[in-house]
Amino acid sequence: MKTKRLLATVALLAAGSGLVACSSDEGGSDASNCTNSITKKELPVVTMWGWYPNTQLVVDNFNKQNNEVQVCWTNVGQGSDEYDKFQTAISAGTGAPDVIMVEADRIPTFQIQGALVDIKKYGFDAVKANYSDGAWKDVSVGDAVYGVPVDGGPAAMIYRKDIFDKYKITPPKTWAEYEQAAQKVKDAGGPLFGDFGANVSALTMALQIQKGATPFTYDPAQPKSIGVKLNDQASKDVLDYWGGLVKKGLVGTQDQFTPEYISGVINGNYATYISAAWAPGYLTGAGVGKGQDTGKFAVAPLPQWDEANPVQVNWGGSAFSVTKQAKKPELAAKVAYGLYADKESLTDGWTNQIIFPLNLTALKDPAFIDLKVAFFDGQQANKEVYVPAADAYKGVSYAPFGQYYLDAMTKQISEVSKGSVTGSQAADRLQEDVAKYAKEQGFTVQ
Amino acid sequence: MTLLTEKRAPRAHDESRKIRGKVHLREHLMGWLFVGPFGIVFLAFLIAPLGYALYLSLFQKKLIGGTSFVLFDNYVKAFTDPSFLSGAWFVIRFSLVSIPLQIVIALAMALILDAVTTLFARFSRLMIFLPYAIPTVIGAVMWGFLYSKGFGPLTDIFGLFGATAPDFLSSDLIFYGLLNVVTWQWAGYYMIILYAALQGVDPSLYEAARMDGAGRWQVATRIKIPLIAPALILILVFSLIGTLQFFNEPQILRFLAAGTIGSDFTPNMYAYQQAFSLANFNYGSAISFALGGIVFICVYAFLFFTRKRRSFL
Repeated sequence: MKTKRLLATVALLAAGSGLVACSSDEGGSDASNCTNSITKKELPVVTMWGWYPNTQLVVDNFNKQNNEVQVCWTNVGQGSDEYDKFQTAISAGTGAPDVIMVEADRIPTFQIQGALVDIKKYGFDAVKANYSDGAWKDVSVGDAVYGVPVDGGPAAMIYRKDIFDKYKITPPKTWAEYEQAAQKVKDAGGPLFGDFGANVSALTMALQIQKGATPFTYDPAQPKSIGVKLNDQASKDVLDYWGGLVKKGLVGTQDQFTPEYISGVINGNYATYISAAWAPGYLTGAGVGKGQDTGKFAVAPLPQWDEANPVQVNWGGSAFSVTKQAKKPELAAKVAYGLYADKESLTDGWTNQIIFPLNLTALKDPAFIDLKVAFFDGQQANKEVYVPAADAYKGVSYAPFGQYYLDAMTKQISEVSKGSVTGSQAADRLQEDVAKYAKEQGFTVQ
Repeated sequence: MTLLTEKRAPRAHDESRKIRGKVHLREHLMGWLFVGPFGIVFLAFLIAPLGYALYLSLFQKKLIGGTSFVLFDNYVKAFTDPSFLSGAWFVIRFSLVSIPLQIVIALAMALILDAVTTLFARFSRLMIFLPYAIPTVIGAVMWGFLYSKGFGPLTDIFGLFGATAPDFLSSDLIFYGLLNVVTWQWAGYYMIILYAALQGVDPSLYEAARMDGAGRWQVATRIKIPLIAPALILILVFSLIGTLQFFNEPQILRFLAAGTIGSDFTPNMYAYQQAFSLANFNYGSAISFALGGIVFICVYAFLFFTRKRRSFL
């Protein structure tokens, strides 16, 4: 009997200690499991999440050159994957990294939850001159600065030279010409002209802004009030235009960044790809432009609605922000300011088209401007297309509930592609949906 | 008996009661001690999180205005939320089609494998069961590629007959695409359960039936199926609960078809989106509980209508 009791007690204790062992685990952002290896082990460590394809190199460069702090990097996924994890860590109050890579359009979403640190007081003046005012505007909310810009996403039209040559078309300058060219290729039995992917709603938003839409007006001085205008004429026109192209069978409806889409791009199933300056780097990483399709790509400026008054837009573009959970925000800010800001990292970024740099030392560098881009078969893409587009970009006001808006937009794009609603109807539904959400979240919607 | 003892020897009885009481107490303690490890884990990892989720679901968190106690407002919202309702309607429809289909296939295969005892039958049994051994995530990824228009085999196969392959990831056919994945994955598992139940049936019953002139078909329908009815009901309950909580497969295929499979495709996915990408743990919890309610009602209704046939629960 006694031995039995002893055994039972031991079993109980064992189970109990198991629980204790579980609960003492602190979660995702401790410095013990970095993807990179830190050589200067005596220095304090700042944890960082990011997904640039060359982050490893960027982090190594920083750690090599810095004798004050070391970066411990983890790639927790690209875009939404990372945001979901960060969001969960914000709600939990623990588990977030000290520094995080975020796209500029998400900064208001996290800022309104008090998850980011205003880094203006941590050495902003020393680096202010390294970026344009527009770049700072995109990462600021009011007067406060919530990120250090790294790259921008000036949008343009990537196209297949071989397909354009075969069907004897020149790069369309307007959206009307884009449709005509698409029709011409289709009539001649050619491939799809482009793609209207439901999962790239941020691009569709950019295209609506190009037509003159202002989806959100938000003044952080009056945080309770937000303007939501998702069904104005410009927004409707753009959705109707793409819905029309789908209906006529001129463009595909494939989700982008999927293996299916990438293989389509390689096979030449799409004559054009409306995308941002960082796209070639991601396409190359996925295997595009390396085999049968080497040197077949070129880039032209984004088609316009009104050729006389061209408007340039941005898709993506990211920054490093310091999170509220950073134990030493000053040290974290040093990392945010210094990471991806050294010449070596920037040069690697722009030579591989992973980033379109916003750091002026790179942006004004003749080597960058005159670069003959290998992906575009030696075309001087920066000089001809991307730099002018970036210079003309005026900045946008993003919503503090970006994730919900983009998800809702994805749903509507899918409906338009299916043909169950027209673009105009989709815009009306989106307006209703997002305005309702904004009200539920306590905003006064204007 | 008790009365008698009390009258005859009240003191002795008191003594024995004390002793018995001590033994009882000791046995009680031992019982609790043995249940303890399980009990702690059960409380810590099931009851406590459930209680916490229920607690969360009674609050509302707004970006502007913070958190407030709203009692059942989240539930009222859930049952008037088109996203939740359409998701719930989808899983109910999906259950109505997928469960009978899987059960019929599993039952047919179990009966065949039970009747045939060759080496080939044993090999087939393993092969039919194999999909269940593949993790659902891997299974979903695999089918995602098989459905691919660009590099899946469907295009080639249909191309042989000059037809265009159906796109099982399009919004018109996604129902069937998922139906196929789920059936492929689970039918073998249900087959094994039914097969095991069939093995437990006394063979003399078959002999008796044959003596009475029953053919193979009659033995199957009149003897075997009624005898394994409890196992059938068991797998029906399993599959009903599993299908109403549909999550893994659509969540994985979403990476390939975000337009077709929205973030509110099934109630579980909607709860996930609310909690983990919109930081609305309160509403996410409410959706989970609302779904739990639907599952409970469906299972209860099912068990109520089959109450005469079951021998468990």
